[in-house]
Amino acid sequence: MTALLNIKDLRAYYGQVQALHGLNFSLNEGSLTTLLGANGAGKTTTLRAICNMVRSTGAIEFEGAPLGSRSTESIVRLGIAHVPQGRGTFTTMTVEENLQLGAISRKDSAGIVSDIERMYAHFPVLKQRYTQQAGTLSGGEQQMLAVARALMLRPRLMLLDEPSFGLAPLIVRDLFKILGKINREDKVTILVVEQNAQLALELADQAYVIETGRIVMSGNAKDIANNEDVRKSYLGY
Amino acid sequence: MELFINQVLAGVATGAIYACMALAVVMIYQAIDHLNFAQGEMAMFSTFISWQLMQWGVPYWWAFLLTLIISFAGGILIERVLFKPLAKAPILTNVAGFIALFAIINSVAGLTWDFTIKQYPTPFGSSPFLGSQLISTHQAGMIGVTLLMLLGLYLFFQFTRIGLAMRAAAALPESARLVGINTSWMIALGWGMASAIGAVAGILIAPVVFLEPNMMGGVLVYGFAAAVLGGLTSPLGAVVGGFLVGVFENLAGTYIPGVGNELKLPIALALIITVLVFKPAGLFGRAIVKRV
Repeated sequence: MTALLNIKDLRAYYGQVQALHGLNFSLNEGSLTTLLGANGAGKTTTLRAICNMVRSTGAIEFEGAPLGSRSTESIVRLGIAHVPQGRGTFTTMTVEENLQLGAISRKDSAGIVSDIERMYAHFPVLKQRYTQQAGTLSGGEQQMLAVARALMLRPRLMLLDEPSFGLAPLIVRDLFKILGKINREDKVTILVVEQNAQLALELADQAYVIETGRIVMSGNAKDIANNEDVRKSYLGY
Repeated sequence: MELFINQVLAGVATGAIYACMALAVVMIYQAIDHLNFAQGEMAMFSTFISWQLMQWGVPYWWAFLLTLIISFAGGILIERVLFKPLAKAPILTNVAGFIALFAIINSVAGLTWDFTIKQYPTPFGSSPFLGSQLISTHQAGMIGVTLLMLLGLYLFFQFTRIGLAMRAAAALPESARLVGINTSWMIALGWGMASAIGAVAGILIAPVVFLEPNMMGGVLVYGFAAAVLGGLTSPLGAVVGGFLVGVFENLAGTYIPGVGNELKLPIALALIITVLVFKPAGLFGRAIVKRV
């Protein structure tokens, strides 16, 4: 399998503080990978560094070409959709406008219309509320909307930052089921950052564990789930 | 009664200008969170450009159109050269930038066209509108052009993709970048549009206040008052605020003893302070419905 995203010696900084200390990892085309770690380990920073939203050094290659110093918006336009922590919903706009915004960099208006219909099929609740202000949706609905908005880009790679945050367990299961479906059916490579390690490991096929800005473990999600240390630290049994 | 209606209509007419200025102010405020103190001077300069074009023999409406295009480009240029580098600077740096811009434009206009008061033509004439003594054709024209422009802007922001992108960039810049919007250019575009809107205001008010480098000083204060009254985050509020301030100003000048023409301006300032004390978000300020 070829690597869709390849990261070498990634270091990131907030002012004088170094948050990542030389990360190396890669995402295989079509894979669903999870990045696990405790609070402050550098998970969010890793995603932000990929999209050039934080000062960083090192090499990030997407589809074999270096991202270099591209701006956030031009990285997104390459087909990397990023669902940020807190979802980044345009709360004052309608659900449909949020979806339109997801496709704002695309030119094929017919494709956009049919993709919006496709999103409504994936997430029927969004169709019921398409004229509603997005801020009035529940947390779970807003997370669905955030995923749908990201998919409107027709991304090659989707980065999700703690999609389970603040959601009821049942809703998280639903959401993860949909992510799995998107990964299989739409062939979108997914990198999901999670604190809910158990669910993430069930869903993913690859996993990395990150501690204080370094990758300390990597491998098949099942092997990681069975690892003694991971079980104690992240799964709690 | 006739005096009252007359004053209200005249207030609506000047209110149209305040609405334009308030709208220009709000557009830039939405994009960069700062009040553009030089908005009035930019409008004045645009008006001089149109006057110069007409001096060179360009017909009124062509001069109008050309001025809008030049102002649009000029607004973008000012943002790129002066305010893009200040994007992350503290608020006072930006304020200093605006004041510098104010002084520079004012002086350059004075240097180029001198400070004598000039007549400015109106394409609408100044005869009574539809044979009624209540309002002149120029005042009716001011209201008409403003409403047309507002309608155009509304359609632009509601129904075009670029309008949607501009709204997104103003509401949540980071999320906007994450869907691939070049927010930096959206800000520049906002400056260009604000500058063109200001040009319309300047051109429409010039026949009334006459053309000179300080013509927009008072108008901008009313524009600020309108923007604050309507809510700095609401374009619709800016427009409604503009009309309200225009009417209020005229009625106060007519009916409150001792106010007259001279004390009209402090009324605008009093209005700004009153709104900021009692309802800081303004009439239409953003009330975000949120569930968490």
